[in-house]
Amino acid sequence: MKYTQGKYLILNKKTVAREIYSFTIACPEIASVATAGQFVHIRTGNFTLRRPVSICGIDKAKGTLRIVFEIRGEGTAEISRLNEGDVIDMLAPLGHGFTINPDYKKVVLIGGGIGTPPMLPLAEAYGKNATVITGFRSADAVILQEDFRKTGAETILCTDDGSFGIHGFVTQPFAEIAAKGDIEAVYACGPMPMLKGISNICRENNIFCEISLEERMACGIGACLGCACRTVKNDEEYFSHVCKDGPVFNAEEVLW
Amino acid sequence: MADLSVNICGVDFKNPVIPASGVFGYGREYEELFPLEKLGGIATKGTTLNRRTGNLSPRIAETPSGMLNSVGLQNPGIDHFIEKELPNLLTKDTVILANIAGSTVEECVKVAEKLEPTDVHMIELNISCPNVKQGGAAFGTDCGMAAEVVRNVRKATSKPLVVKLSPNVTSITDIAKAVEDAGADAVSLINTLLGMRIDINTGRPVLRNNVGGMSGRAVFPIAVRMVWQVANAVKIPVIGMGGVSSGRDAVELMMAGASAVQVGAAIFTDPYAPVKIIDEINDFLDSKNISSVRDIIGTVKPW
Repeated sequence: MKYTQGKYLILNKKTVAREIYSFTIACPEIASVATAGQFVHIRTGNFTLRRPVSICGIDKAKGTLRIVFEIRGEGTAEISRLNEGDVIDMLAPLGHGFTINPDYKKVVLIGGGIGTPPMLPLAEAYGKNATVITGFRSADAVILQEDFRKTGAETILCTDDGSFGIHGFVTQPFAEIAAKGDIEAVYACGPMPMLKGISNICRENNIFCEISLEERMACGIGACLGCACRTVKNDEEYFSHVCKDGPVFNAEEVLW
Repeated sequence: MADLSVNICGVDFKNPVIPASGVFGYGREYEELFPLEKLGGIATKGTTLNRRTGNLSPRIAETPSGMLNSVGLQNPGIDHFIEKELPNLLTKDTVILANIAGSTVEECVKVAEKLEPTDVHMIELNISCPNVKQGGAAFGTDCGMAAEVVRNVRKATSKPLVVKLSPNVTSITDIAKAVEDAGADAVSLINTLLGMRIDINTGRPVLRNNVGGMSGRAVFPIAVRMVWQVANAVKIPVIGMGGVSSGRDAVELMMAGASAVQVGAAIFTDPYAPVKIIDEINDFLDSKNISSVRDIIGTVKPW
């Protein structure tokens, strides 16, 4: 099985910041095949389109997935009104995830805002070999710091307004770390300008870099071709699809 | 268990439910979820002579009880389809409708010619895509041009020719009659309705193409009306589509005159929608003691 669709029990719901929620969901068949960087596609209310949400935690032993999402519109607001004991309709796990190499001794994980949750399974995989740089608008939007610290990874926190951690964007501390020259891989998810900045730094320093993209999506499995993004491979430009070819892409393949 | 089989242009369908072109790719993605043999047929992704890259993103937007898309006929080209996708589809026990499109009459003819030696069961000629600048809808909104492209594709193929009609016209019955006279064996309708949404925070259209095709439950009453009008205007079979999301919707569209139904946007909400719709049609027929789905086609009793 690559993916499945069904209704799954929400075991735990937490509010992790203003309008940002964490669900832990019992879905053993999905958890058993899910990998870091993949997403779930959630049916909500009477909406025609499902809402894609990245996976923030995979517990294969317990058969659970964790998702952390922000209210972005009416669809995600509807999802946020679900509670513990309710069921959630998911098509999952979908997409192409991150490449994890156990031989890497130093990796950097970079999350911007609600792009931070998919970094957590990577932090769990790399532990103390990872440095996690996360950036948020302000102190009240900061999420998942304790979860990252528990993995043993080094954590660096930035806020745009300086209300918590370093005052500035994630690219500032990252550029300093990248300049030291011993990073084997960089993984990032967040706003496009952030991803572009990180990709540029990685290209200049010749560092392997994977980024997770977002796009408006319909089917979620690669059939409808709705979620196109411009990519290049072997010098040929073409439209890839975030749901199936991504959401994780090698940064070198993405045309900005 | 009612008899769900229908026959359209001499082709037997085990049931009247067909995923619509554009939502189902070439079947591979949904095959992960259910056997394609369950389906009456499959209308494949609209395919052109050469590979098309399609429009820039965003290509998708949610609308009340529906959605907009502006994919722009992204496809790998007819040669790729024939070599890489069609052989797999033809191993499935279901009817394959190859949906084809082109920017010119000549392109449509060439695509049909390439399919002629294959074992594909039917051709669905798309003269109604709202998302491409040339051809597409331009053929489908003018009786003379619609007739010309159909007449020429008719000469190029011996396969049953279904012509997919645009609802973005003053009189869909006039277009339907024009393509019937030009040699179409059946018509399918409705393609998407041209729509637009604007993000009021940025002042920008939500779709990068500015406008796109609207589908989903919101368009269903329009589909019922147009299928009913066309079914009364032509002698050839009508394949109905537009917002079908349940077995009851399918029954309604068939009562309006459709010999089969295609399922589009509903599959995005529920990937099993086509399979569930087949079961629901059967349940409805059983509950009414109707032995064959053919007995409901065109049975609406208008006031």
